[in-house]
Amino acid sequence: MKLGFFTREASRALRRNAAPSFAALATVLLTMLVVGVFIPIVQATTGAANDVRKRVLVDVYLVRDATQSDIARVRAQLLDTANVKRVEFVSKQDAYQQQRKKDPEAFALLGENPLPDTFRVTPENPDDVLKIASALAPEAAGGGRTPIDRAIDEVRTRRDDTSKILQVTRFVKLMAGTLAFLLIAASIFLIANTIRLSLYARRREVEVMKLVGATDWFIRWPFVIEGVIVGALGTLLAILLLAVGKIAIIDPLASDFSLISAPETMPFTVLIAVMLASGIAISAVGSAVSLRRFLRV
Amino acid sequence: MPVKTGTTSPLHSEAASQMPAAAIPHRARPAAPSVIEFRGVEKRYDVGAIGLDQATFSIGRGEWAFLVGSTGSGKSTIMRLLIKELEPTAGTIRVAGKDLSEIARKRVPYYRRNIGVVFQDFKLLPNRTVYDNVAYALQVTGGTRKEIRAKVPDILRLTGLSTKLHNYPDQLSGGEQQRVAIARAFVNHPPLLLADEPTGNLDPETSIGIMQLLYRINRAGTTVLIATHDNAMVDKMRRRVIELSQGRIVRDEATGAYVRDESTREFAIRMRDGLPESPPTVEKP
Repeated sequence: MKLGFFTREASRALRRNAAPSFAALATVLLTMLVVGVFIPIVQATTGAANDVRKRVLVDVYLVRDATQSDIARVRAQLLDTANVKRVEFVSKQDAYQQQRKKDPEAFALLGENPLPDTFRVTPENPDDVLKIASALAPEAAGGGRTPIDRAIDEVRTRRDDTSKILQVTRFVKLMAGTLAFLLIAASIFLIANTIRLSLYARRREVEVMKLVGATDWFIRWPFVIEGVIVGALGTLLAILLLAVGKIAIIDPLASDFSLISAPETMPFTVLIAVMLASGIAISAVGSAVSLRRFLRV
Repeated sequence: MPVKTGTTSPLHSEAASQMPAAAIPHRARPAAPSVIEFRGVEKRYDVGAIGLDQATFSIGRGEWAFLVGSTGSGKSTIMRLLIKELEPTAGTIRVAGKDLSEIARKRVPYYRRNIGVVFQDFKLLPNRTVYDNVAYALQVTGGTRKEIRAKVPDILRLTGLSTKLHNYPDQLSGGEQQRVAIARAFVNHPPLLLADEPTGNLDPETSIGIMQLLYRINRAGTTVLIATHDNAMVDKMRRRVIELSQGRIVRDEATGAYVRDESTREFAIRMRDGLPESPPTVEKP
């Protein structure tokens, strides 16, 4: 294999074109640094948004005199409904205990337990809340709602809260996604451009190689390897800086801020792997593609 | 020859005259198979300029021919057509019997390995030493390290560059750079050598050295085609001349007595004849 020859060619080119190589390296370093900081931020933000969305529920209130068999039947019906992820039963006693803790005086005045048995239905997807509600209590012709079971007193979706939460989180996720996309596009463009500049300086060299009878790939491989070396070095430096930042700044704060310790953030090792792979791939592909123009001799 | 052994010997060795005598009439024979054949070749550039207009000629194996004409007459167009850097608008070009239009784009590099090319501006790789520049032509063709170590010093000795192995092109004079370019063009021993204004940037004395080197290569059996506008040189060489004007061939003839059987040294002496500043001695390395 000519790998040895191509690698030697690449390292010779790096040494003899130190300035453009350094520029490419710095570009990769900076973009990777930004990407490395931004990916966890996007993830933490969407994670937080998802957390909020989990609070979207459907409350199913049973009639006051529901029996054990009523409860079991309704539970089965709820589990049968489409889009339902989880059904949680809150008995009237549990509800009473909880509420009394919040406001002991008011409940002392009431004397007996006014609360009904309740099912809390968690939807598969927060956007399906309204579908579930209408499945459990289809809208009647007159405008009111009739529950599907006589033991169900009322189905509530906390409609206002729900739509607000859904709107805001959808916006946050969209923003994060757009920013991530723009950032990745900008990094690819920036890295490709820097590589193109350093290749432009060497277009005469490529021309001569073609005249001597070098095949396109014979010319291209050293440039691709050069891209791999630059990409790997730049990304490794970026990872090093990120690791220092993580250990020095983020980790001590993680216990105090839930956003930083958001469980859905990918582990640092995975982040490193993703960055390294994309840094190398972008640089190598960027080199190969940028060379295309100069190979047409 | 005890008088002038040593430094100048590689250039003036008898290697060339040791060529079998039979080979000489053979390569000059008009019926020799043609290495280059142009038939009604036409090249129009996109802007409408005419590069070449109905050019028909052929150059036989081992022949030496000049392309002359003023700038823009089509000399370089012929050269660029021959290395398949350009495609003709009409007509056929054959090199060693092969129609160039049949060579796929992917095969062009392999085709080019059979042609040595020398340019006015040398076209050396600036960040490689003399040795590496020549070695690159072998590396391209997949030459092994052993092969490279054997061939490169040889060809550099032939071209008189043995002492400059590790210099970079910008540390050399113009003549030396052109010698490197010729060494690179010839290291694969291609059957055809093209030179586009090889002496365009050089002074007369250096030019003679370059021509001498090309003559030596020609005598070894390689077909040589040289584009030039150095008329004095062409007149002295007394070789076949193809003159172009505005893309048309206006003259194709062997000027003067065709001196076929001449050693490299006789050649050099004749070339220097009448050159006022030239010393009667052999060229310094």
